[in-house]
Amino acid sequence: MIEVQNVSKFFGNYPAVEDVSFKVEKGEILGLLGPNGAGKTTIMRIITGYTPPTSGTVKVAGHDILHDSMAARAAIGYLPETVPLYTDMTVREYLLFQAAIRGVPNNKKGQRLEDVVETVRLNDYVDTHIGKLSKGFRQRVGIAQAIIHEPSVLVLDEPTIGIDPIQVVETRSLIKSLGGGDRAVILSTHILPEVSMVCGRVVIINEGRVIAEDTPANLALRLQNSRQVSADIRGPTKLVTAAIEKIPGVTSIHRESFEGHSQYIVECGVGNDCREELAKVVVANGWGLLSMQAKGMTLEEVFLELTTQEEA
Amino acid sequence: MADISAAPVKRMPRGMFREMTRNTYAITWKELKAYFTQPMAYVVAVVFIAITGFFFVDSLSGPLPLANLYGYLREIRWVLLVLVMGAVLTMRSIAEEQKMGTLELLLTSPVRDWEIVLGKYIATLIFFYALLLLTMFYPLLLKIFASPDMGPIWTGYLGIALAGAMFLAIGILASSLTNNQIVAAVLTLGILFGLWFLYLAEGFIGGLPGSAFVYISPRSHYDALVRGILDTGSIVYFITVTISALFVATRSLESRRWR
Repeated sequence: MIEVQNVSKFFGNYPAVEDVSFKVEKGEILGLLGPNGAGKTTIMRIITGYTPPTSGTVKVAGHDILHDSMAARAAIGYLPETVPLYTDMTVREYLLFQAAIRGVPNNKKGQRLEDVVETVRLNDYVDTHIGKLSKGFRQRVGIAQAIIHEPSVLVLDEPTIGIDPIQVVETRSLIKSLGGGDRAVILSTHILPEVSMVCGRVVIINEGRVIAEDTPANLALRLQNSRQVSADIRGPTKLVTAAIEKIPGVTSIHRESFEGHSQYIVECGVGNDCREELAKVVVANGWGLLSMQAKGMTLEEVFLELTTQEEA
Repeated sequence: MADISAAPVKRMPRGMFREMTRNTYAITWKELKAYFTQPMAYVVAVVFIAITGFFFVDSLSGPLPLANLYGYLREIRWVLLVLVMGAVLTMRSIAEEQKMGTLELLLTSPVRDWEIVLGKYIATLIFFYALLLLTMFYPLLLKIFASPDMGPIWTGYLGIALAGAMFLAIGILASSLTNNQIVAAVLTLGILFGLWFLYLAEGFIGGLPGSAFVYISPRSHYDALVRGILDTGSIVYFITVTISALFVATRSLESRRWR
């Protein structure tokens, strides 16, 4: 439903997004995960046709966002990061206006209004002025406007930002219920637990590039098993090297000598954590293990910047 | 409701035209409603009616009331009033949408940029014309108690209506250039005063370029209409400038995507 192909976006010489490609299929909820400033919002804006890409193509529901813009836009429901609301309108006026400009036929507008208000549970607030609603409720109005025309593609930019924890939980289950069926959903977030709760697949963005794409479970697995270990060991270098080579799963060793000890960079195959074995071998031979740490991989570095815990 | 709306649809060219009018109408309607939820519209309306009422009374109190009614003084007063009103009525239009982030929703909805501009423009135009219509009460009052020459009154009103249409279009253009209402208003006033007083350039330039400045200035066109001359060239002038301003406003809105 959403096809992003080799999309780049430059602001002057600064690349906000570089060569990004991914797809979102029908019935799927894709999480766009990345630290603040990674380019998530820019990607969302390119998908929705708000900002044209510098190069590359985007297709939404089979329509090119630049060349067949009206048809592509008609297929999208969009919730930008700052929920765009007319605060002097009532919820009803606002949603009816959105329905009108998104092509909901006049005789269906009333029914659609009732439906979305029911879905986001705003029944008691239809005739309240938006300016008087709390942040969480405004967020719901934002989601309601995004789904009022029953779009086949839903684009949600940081949908749980700035609302209280209870409403965050509610919003997530709401998003889950909106996905599935014929609809493709893409949501951006910088909160790690959010993707594992809501999304079926994750694309990780850092500094404008895709650095990983997988299911949340697989990504968590890849993260736990650091594949590079750096260890400072005091001992006869040849014997140490030979001993490390015998550890199952080790694929390569790089050594650098310092005064009195050497630093070994040990690489293990995916799925192998050789740190424990390494420590055992060193201790068993009576050498000195001065330090040992898992080497940072790019993916991991990104994860360190992500919010890994819920603020409560 | 379905039956009523279905009948005329069959006679219209299906699809695009209908969708375009529909989008423009939705935006116009939203804008008009927004006027009436804000105190600004009421303030503008009251001030406008009060000041034009004063103009009317004043024009009758001179030694030659009827000759005075659409005399030179009246012209610049009206223009000043309409000019300031135009700036005030249009300054929010696009600037505010940009500031509040709602423009992002408009620009990502299946609505063309010119439909947004036109919808907003029509709303301000309707509001302005409604006020103008109310002020027609004064000359009609005059007609009841005296027998004024209605010709110049009608063309004068046409002049104000056309000049107002142009001022509002330029106001929309200014509002599309910034996300600050005040900047938009000041910019509108700057452009309009600049254009208006461009005719003064004739005094020190003279010749063909001088008369070109006079032509570019709305003053001479407006003046002709107020004096009762129904000049097609003047009407064409106002309509051309109006359409051009709206066209540039559309382009400016479009360029926001690239910023």
